[in-house]
Amino acid sequence: MAKPTDLLSRPKVIEVTDLVAHYGDRMILRGVTMDVREGEIMVIMGGSGSGKSTLLRHLLSLEAKTSGRVRLLDQDIDDLSPVAFQELRKKMGVAFQSGALFSSMTVGENIMLPLHEHTRLDRSTMEIMVRMKMEVVSLAGFENLMPSELSGGMIKRAAVARAIVMDPRLLFFDEPSAGLDPVVASALDDLILKLRDAMGMSIVVVTHELESAFKIADRITVLDHGDILFLGSVEEVRDHPSERIQNLLNRRTEEEVLDPDEYLRRLTGMNVGDGGARAGNVP
Amino acid sequence: MAADGTARNTIHGLRRRVESLGRKTVAGVEELGHGGTLFGESLFWLIMGPRRRQPVRLDAVVAQMVEVGIGAVPIVAVLTATIGVMLAIQGIYTLRTFGAESQVTLGIAYSMVREFSPLITGILIAGRSGSALAARIGIMKINQEIDALRVMGIEPVRFLVVPALVAMVVMLPALTLFGDLIGLLAAGIYVSADLGISLSAYADNIINILSPNDLWHGLGKSVIFAILITLIGVVNGAAVSGGAEGVGRYTTRAVVHAISAIVVTDMLFAFVVTRG
Ligand SMILES: Nc1ncnc2c1ncn2[C@@H]1O[C@H](COP(=O)(O)OP(=O)(O)OP(=O)(O)O)[C@@H](O)[C@H]1O
Ligand SMILES: [Mg+2]
Repeated sequence: MAKPTDLLSRPKVIEVTDLVAHYGDRMILRGVTMDVREGEIMVIMGGSGSGKSTLLRHLLSLEAKTSGRVRLLDQDIDDLSPVAFQELRKKMGVAFQSGALFSSMTVGENIMLPLHEHTRLDRSTMEIMVRMKMEVVSLAGFENLMPSELSGGMIKRAAVARAIVMDPRLLFFDEPSAGLDPVVASALDDLILKLRDAMGMSIVVVTHELESAFKIADRITVLDHGDILFLGSVEEVRDHPSERIQNLLNRRTEEEVLDPDEYLRRLTGMNVGDGGARAGNVP
Repeated sequence: MAADGTARNTIHGLRRRVESLGRKTVAGVEELGHGGTLFGESLFWLIMGPRRRQPVRLDAVVAQMVEVGIGAVPIVAVLTATIGVMLAIQGIYTLRTFGAESQVTLGIAYSMVREFSPLITGILIAGRSGSALAARIGIMKINQEIDALRVMGIEPVRFLVVPALVAMVVMLPALTLFGDLIGLLAAGIYVSADLGISLSAYADNIINILSPNDLWHGLGKSVIFAILITLIGVVNGAAVSGGAEGVGRYTTRAVVHAISAIVVTDMLFAFVVTRG
């Protein structure tokens, strides 16, 4: 992992300045300013509804912003012609929360789609490239399955393979570990680290899994109600004196470290109440 | 007092209803706008696609054509044949009162080619392919597949809508033409059996009666129906929100709106053409 001082001397690949965004009349992002450096993993954290996914959608230009600037790879997205914008998008890969694989295509065809649409490579070359990427995400041999035949973890990995098939410079993940068991989630974290280290990609990860964030992040952006509460290295965030940040972080850890007995007791305590306890005491 | 309250309630209720009507009208006009924009964008990508390095793929169009067209052949055949026989029965029965049943071919030819075949085929395809299109787009939307296309630099209108539109505009008239033939043939078999004219005499008769104009009238309408079915399917699919339930609701809505649009357009078409 790079030292924060090293990091900040690197060029900015994403630069967001005073980004304000609304859904209807509701202000969701209230002037967000942040950047992502070349080859870093930036994790965006925050409670549910804090605007993480919305920020990501704006980085991807999937929503129209109210004001502010978004620069990707040294280009202001507002200044780009449609063709230039499309070229920029070829340098970006996204793994959506649901995977967003096309259900009418096989896994291999899904991964091949960007190549098929954007390059003039012949089919056998594309197949080789697809197989290489499937190797990277440990899905080799599954190219002829349909997405409906994959497990949740496999869908995510196939989505990653599709996201990296054009060798993008920027890679985005929305909730990569949501809905996965801890072992699979941890394997996915390792994959994200591998993509940064082996392929030099700059990566933005939206998550609310604290453990995963601390494991993969170079820096962390903490969002709260559409404001940036803090932006800094893992250590800075972990040891931050602000009570608000610690509350935000610790509420999650408390739930996660709860041992199973305690968890069950709380559950039954809540659901069964006194009646249950008394029934249990009958000899 | 009580009467006053009732009156106020009535006025209140009335106002609410007028307001809701107004909102629905606005929403309806908005939806028409969406459809129009979508049509414009589709033409744009069809023509400008190659220059934007996003040509419309022929294989996607062909795949859609197979989906829209080939699968519908049996049911189009069955329904148009049934309508043909029905026209023959009804026509002979009505004309017999004037002793003019030999004139039945005239009515069959015109109604089949100008009205029934385009209408029945259009309604059928609205139910079959318009709904499928709405469902497909709706599912893709809630599954973030549309977003995925956009971030890959693949324009969804070019990739999803144009192939469906082109396929529909080609296949619906083709199916209508097929329906014309089957309907006329079925009617002919009934007529020749009932009135004792030979099938070839019947065919000669039909060819004499029908002008290319009649054929174009039916096929031209089916092109408009094709555009309506596709746009309504896509607009409803794109409006889906709220999971699987939303898909079901908007799929149904797509079919109901498409069939209504087809019937109303058909009426307008008949009105304009008979005036002009
Ligand atoms: N399509 C939408 N239309 C209207 N409001 C929306 C939409 N998407 C999100 N919002 C609102 O924007 C706010 C931020 O949502 P967002 O999805 O960005 O939160 P999040 O931080 O990703 O939360 P989570 O951890 O639950 O995914 C929420 O209050 C949400 O209600
Ligand atoms: Mg989210």
